Amino acid sequence: MKLWRTYLPPALFIAPGFLLFLVCIVYPMLQAVQMSFFDWKIVAGATSTFLGLENYIRAFNDPRFWLALSNSGIYMAFTVPPQIALGLGVALLLKDKSPAQPVFRVLYYLPVVTSWVVVSLLFKYLFADRGLINFALDDLLGATDKISWLADRWTALVAICALGVWKGIGWSMMIFLAALQGVPRELEEAAVIDGANRWQRFGAVTLPAIWPATIFVTIMLVIGGFNVFASVLVMTNGGPGGATEVLLTYMYRQAFEFLDFGYGSALAVILTLIVFALSALQLKLFRNPEATR
Amino acid sequence: MSAPGSPMTPAKSLRLVTLAFGALLMVTPFLYMLSTSFKGQQYVLKLPPQFIPDPATLSNYERILVRGDFGHYFANSLIVAVISTALAVLLSAMMAYGFARYRFPGRELMFRMLLIGLMIPAMMLIVPQFVLAKFFGVLDSLPGLIIFYVAGNLALNTFLLRGFFEALPGELDQAMQIDGASHWRRFWNLALPLSRPALATATIFTFLATWDEFAWALTIITTPENQTLPIAIALLQGPKGTQWGLVFAASIIAILPVIAVFLTFQRHFVQGLTAGSVKG
Repeated sequence: MKLWRTYLPPALFIAPGFLLFLVCIVYPMLQAVQMSFFDWKIVAGATSTFLGLENYIRAFNDPRFWLALSNSGIYMAFTVPPQIALGLGVALLLKDKSPAQPVFRVLYYLPVVTSWVVVSLLFKYLFADRGLINFALDDLLGATDKISWLADRWTALVAICALGVWKGIGWSMMIFLAALQGVPRELEEAAVIDGANRWQRFGAVTLPAIWPATIFVTIMLVIGGFNVFASVLVMTNGGPGGATEVLLTYMYRQAFEFLDFGYGSALAVILTLIVFALSALQLKLFRNPEATR
Repeated sequence: MSAPGSPMTPAKSLRLVTLAFGALLMVTPFLYMLSTSFKGQQYVLKLPPQFIPDPATLSNYERILVRGDFGHYFANSLIVAVISTALAVLLSAMMAYGFARYRFPGRELMFRMLLIGLMIPAMMLIVPQFVLAKFFGVLDSLPGLIIFYVAGNLALNTFLLRGFFEALPGELDQAMQIDGASHWRRFWNLALPLSRPALATATIFTFLATWDEFAWALTIITTPENQTLPIAIALLQGPKGTQWGLVFAASIIAILPVIAVFLTFQRHFVQGLTAGSVKG
């Protein structure tokens, strides 16, 4: 009877949410792994055949998978560092309290809260052949050739990455702004008295204090980079000819266009393993802030 | 930048100019979008581009609001976002309270499972979740959106709220317990009111996430009357020539609530974002 009284209240608090979590998140997680070993049939009555590792071997030999993987990697490589550098830069410029600070904070953060669909359409419009970007390059910088940004793999990736950076700066800025509030004032003043210049102060006082936030931002942005989906789908739909396909758009197409749920699941599992491995690797690399000085 | 009275040094003005230039880059696309939403189709890709629409027209808004079904899509988005947010925050708060206030075997294991749910990319689950939704018979329905939006937002909110509940002083809880208050009353009348800031953060983030959600809605919604705003806007793109004025009139309508929520609850944004980074 006593056990009953001890465990019933927490069980009642936790059960509704946790059951939903088990059914809608944990079970699909396990099922994704299971499906990746099958030629999975969505149609009622059809039997799914067990393929073992065949879906994974297929991915390994699929040039389109490697193209999508490299595009995801390129997106990550060209969006994460600028977001960190610019976000930190803006935060450093903005850290002192002033009447203008809240206004700037809102303006830089605005793209973060706007839906991916809207900003993707917006950038598609800006990068259109007769769009604002070409006009600016053409008229203001004197470039004569019009660029069909979204019609070529590399220029399309430039446009997609530009969107990623533009939308993400505000987020890293906000994290860094909060972290900068935690930099001990006395240390900064002591460094000034010791005659340290701006860069020395940044390296010796500021950077160690914001290091945990930097790790957090980096890991989240890398995960986010590999999760790029809506912007590619809306701006190029993976085109031209699949040249800008990223991992998630390719996975989505396999599953919901070709109804190849098994292969799609295998791709999703591979993506998850990559994301986990990268996060673990970064945690290991970043553990010691001394190493970066 | 400078407070009234303090002198404007060259360094300060340089900083202000840099910030203003950056802010201009952030805001120009929005202003251009606003401008285009007032342009007729023949002017949207005109060169040189018009920053002030001339002639300006309300026809895009009229077509979206009066003749289009956007009022209906807006209502769908609102229903889905409000119900999902309310349920997700309530269930998360209950779970967080259970984890924070009670000791029981398996507690750590269950919480670890939630953390893994936090790290899994939502898109990874989309295929099996589709199969599950089909099994439940909720494909192409608003409940199908709501169930999975609630489930998808549980882990982060529970994580956020548990930290807050743990920091609440235990004495009040014990005092109420001695007075004979039930477990539920201690949760509802004590813990929740004391956690208003954390609940506000959770509410805002969940609302924005569900209001903007695209991939899941794109996957399960097939009939127009069940579309939410992101889907309806994305589908305004034609295969040949998009009606940009229309697209952006709809976009402006879709982002107005977001901007309103953001401007009203700014402070909670900062709190919510830093709750994650402190742990990291």
